[in-house]
Amino acid sequence: MMSQGLVIMAYVTASILFILSLSGLSNQETARKGNYYGMTGMAIAIIATILSDSVDSYVVLIIALAIGGFIGTKAALKVEMTQMPELVALMHSLVGMAAVLVGYANFIDHTNSLIGIEKTIHEVEIYIGIFIGAVTFSGSIIAFGKLCGKISGKPVLLPARHWLNLTLLILTIWLGSEFLTGAETGGGTIALLIMTLIALAFGVHMVMAIGGADMPVVVSMLNSYSGWAAAATGFMLSNDLLIVTGALVGSSGAILSYIMCRAMNRQFLSVIAGGFGSAGGEAATVEGDVSPIDIEETAQLLADAQNIMIIPGYGMAVAQAQHTVNEITKLLRAKDKTVRFGIHPVAGRMPGHMNVLLAEAKVPYDIVYEMDEINEDFANVDVTIVIGANDIVNPSALDDPNSPIAGMPVLECWKSETSIVLKRSMAAGYAGVGNPLFVHENTRMLFGDANESMQAVLKVLNS
Amino acid sequence: MIIGIPKEIHLGEKRVATTPAVAEQIIKLGFEVNIESGAGLESNISDEAYKEAGCTIRKNAKTLWSNADIVLKVRPPETHPEFAIDETELLSNKGHLISFIWPAQNSELMQNLSNKNATVLAVDSVPRLSRSQKLDALSSMANISGYRAVIEAAQHFGRFFTGQITAAGKVPPAKVLVIGAGVAGLAAIGAAKSMGAIVRAFDTRPEVKEQIESMDAEFLMLDFKEDGSGTGGYAKTMSDEFIKAEMDLFARQAMDVDIIITTALIPGKPAPKLITEGMVESMKAGSVIVDLAAEQGGNCSLTEKNKVVVKHGVSLIGYTDLPSRLAAQSSQLYATNLKHLLTELCPEKNGIIDVNMDDEVIRGTTVIKEGKITWPPPPLPVSAAPAPQTEAPATEIDSPEKKSIIPEPIKQMLPLLLIGGALFALGSVAPASFMSHFTVFVLACFIGYQVIWSVSASLHTPLMSVTNAISGIIIIGAVVQISTPGLLITILSGLAILIASINIAGGFLVTRRMLEMFRK
Repeated sequence: MMSQGLVIMAYVTASILFILSLSGLSNQETARKGNYYGMTGMAIAIIATILSDSVDSYVVLIIALAIGGFIGTKAALKVEMTQMPELVALMHSLVGMAAVLVGYANFIDHTNSLIGIEKTIHEVEIYIGIFIGAVTFSGSIIAFGKLCGKISGKPVLLPARHWLNLTLLILTIWLGSEFLTGAETGGGTIALLIMTLIALAFGVHMVMAIGGADMPVVVSMLNSYSGWAAAATGFMLSNDLLIVTGALVGSSGAILSYIMCRAMNRQFLSVIAGGFGSAGGEAATVEGDVSPIDIEETAQLLADAQNIMIIPGYGMAVAQAQHTVNEITKLLRAKDKTVRFGIHPVAGRMPGHMNVLLAEAKVPYDIVYEMDEINEDFANVDVTIVIGANDIVNPSALDDPNSPIAGMPVLECWKSETSIVLKRSMAAGYAGVGNPLFVHENTRMLFGDANESMQAVLKVLNS
Repeated sequence: MIIGIPKEIHLGEKRVATTPAVAEQIIKLGFEVNIESGAGLESNISDEAYKEAGCTIRKNAKTLWSNADIVLKVRPPETHPEFAIDETELLSNKGHLISFIWPAQNSELMQNLSNKNATVLAVDSVPRLSRSQKLDALSSMANISGYRAVIEAAQHFGRFFTGQITAAGKVPPAKVLVIGAGVAGLAAIGAAKSMGAIVRAFDTRPEVKEQIESMDAEFLMLDFKEDGSGTGGYAKTMSDEFIKAEMDLFARQAMDVDIIITTALIPGKPAPKLITEGMVESMKAGSVIVDLAAEQGGNCSLTEKNKVVVKHGVSLIGYTDLPSRLAAQSSQLYATNLKHLLTELCPEKNGIIDVNMDDEVIRGTTVIKEGKITWPPPPLPVSAAPAPQTEAPATEIDSPEKKSIIPEPIKQMLPLLLIGGALFALGSVAPASFMSHFTVFVLACFIGYQVIWSVSASLHTPLMSVTNAISGIIIIGAVVQISTPGLLITILSGLAILIASINIAGGFLVTRRMLEMFRK
């Protein structure tokens, strides 16, 4: 139906559309258009493939497409914005799963007539593709479990875990050579299956060892893996569109991981290796008196302030306080006050998590700032409200060389005239580090559920 | 309990120990407040104002003293000019007295009060803790002194403070040197600065540099390393070399500045002599020196206590009653300090005070407890200033660097060399078809790298979901294979299509949903 030339042309068009889709995300105005480019590209690619000469069994294809499309649509329309990290992790696992399935299907398929070095390379591609796919799949499933609280967020550190990983890796390489010699004579299935199990175990072990606060890195890393899995599949099938798309997604995830690591001043390898606080000496313990504040005083402070900064953290997502925060923001802005939001790159459980939550609550995005844009400005701020954030506003990251989070850039809210910290209790953050901000002389603590507290403040402000 | 507030009898003292507004709050604590008629007149407060606040006016000082359980005063007790007896005698037996006492200088007074079995709280002995700042009358009075010192200087200085360019010519701004940047010094810096003068300041304690600079004044540095911080946030006596360097600095400054305000005091010692006669001589005619240490002998050798004298063409102001010269302001702040002290003493708000010697603030303030002299209090372990930072341990344990076998330039090149080697190995064995795919792969990685860096941080979540959607492109692989004969292949491919299409539909739609939310 469609000549090979037309199909390839369609693939080139799709590749360009995907690149435009990603580059559209450089700002909010072009992002929507970019998303439509992406959809168009995908549609062109799928239709061209279906119409190509190599496809003739349409029934299964259409049924599978319809079911998958229906489930995807349902999920996309139903998901809460606070659950975005879970959804993203789950979708990574699907890509990994698909890569494994395609890899196996390709392995079973003996219609191609490759010989010699080309055949070996093809076999290696299958092997690597399935390995990456399986690691992505099991790792994402664990990440999903951790994000929705089904699995404890605490890092699970097995004894001698580095040696265990190394053993698994060596075993995988050895199985690879077994697989190659086996595949020469049409076998190798057993080696491939065992390798898949090892890869699954490897993915589980890797993500289990990573703590809750490192989740943004994990999610973006798995994003990267899902891209590499697609690229490996592309090599296996000699399909340039898959290679291009996989490479785009892979480098996107890799850059995001790098940005997240930099925002936490951590080495990528040490995040992957798991555990927190392995470096540095004894961190200073936090001593001092906490000054609590009540709802009325908080409202009074806000009413008197001119320049207000709000720093949201994962706690805001947990308490679902973003809508109430927006109500307060609207009220304060109506009184001609400057209200801004300061977002730390690793606030929340996924890159950009807070921005999406605030956007959902209809906070205008032009008052939402990145850390680097507003950190210099805290001296002019009258009141900073910290909602459910801890490590990202911890001064010891800057002045305590022994702190486990030393060197991590943080939002310097203690430089503002007053900081109000909303918190459930005096527990330490995910890093398990005490926070001297809480006992800072300019800090007032407002204990309780963030949403309830904010609602009460809103009520007082309204009256 | 009844609180009595007599009229101050010290010559020229205009302050009063409470104001109507504060009296009202004290009454709320459960006390009854009696006030001597005319006590507030010098601070512009009429008897009527006190009456409105709920105080009882007493015409006679004697009955006021004898009726009161607690007497609030400003100045230490002294001989009453009308009755020719000491105020100590007027205090009822086992009565309470809260006022300035200066126990170190007034041992006779302390003995007399002790003989009356009195309980005496000296507001000048409030320990310096962050908790007790609100009742620290020394600080609030020092603040007023510093402000007033600038006003007095302006009074005797024949020129503007601020610089101006007028039709009649250019007016240079006045140059003010403030020595000692304690509370009074900082207040003086603030006042002089707000009048437009160029302000410089000096202090032996390096930690105040930041405070001085935060007020936009210039901190004069001595090229000399010695920390003058004593305990309790006060200064200590410095070494001879330091003093010499310091005096050189002052001598140079004296020739340049128009106004010098000295506030240098060391607790329990006569004020250090910082401005010599020679320096005064070197100053320009019409210059002014305000010596806030006049009470303790003065920082300038020519100052005369309680007087303004002109020597070598320089006005030397030695007033010791600067707070009293801003009586309404001083009374208000002092009254508030005392109210805070009463609040500490009466936590139950029932009008009965409890001198709780376990409380470190009350312990430090109480100099006589029921006739027993409890001054000086045991030393407090904490200083108001942070403990000096010792060298960070991280730098000390810097172990000698491990010498690597591989020289540094090769080490940096190593990853590149390895990558190059791997590429070479791959290129030498791989067939052309693989190489063309590999080219596409590497170029796509670079495009991805370029494109992703420009993505706005706020859109990182949509980025993840859209990459999720487009990595569903893996569906192509499954679509290509589904028509290959073999049931297992069809099942595997069908499943892969199903899964990947979830990704595609879900990813794009959720991205769209999110992007719709981003609104200005």
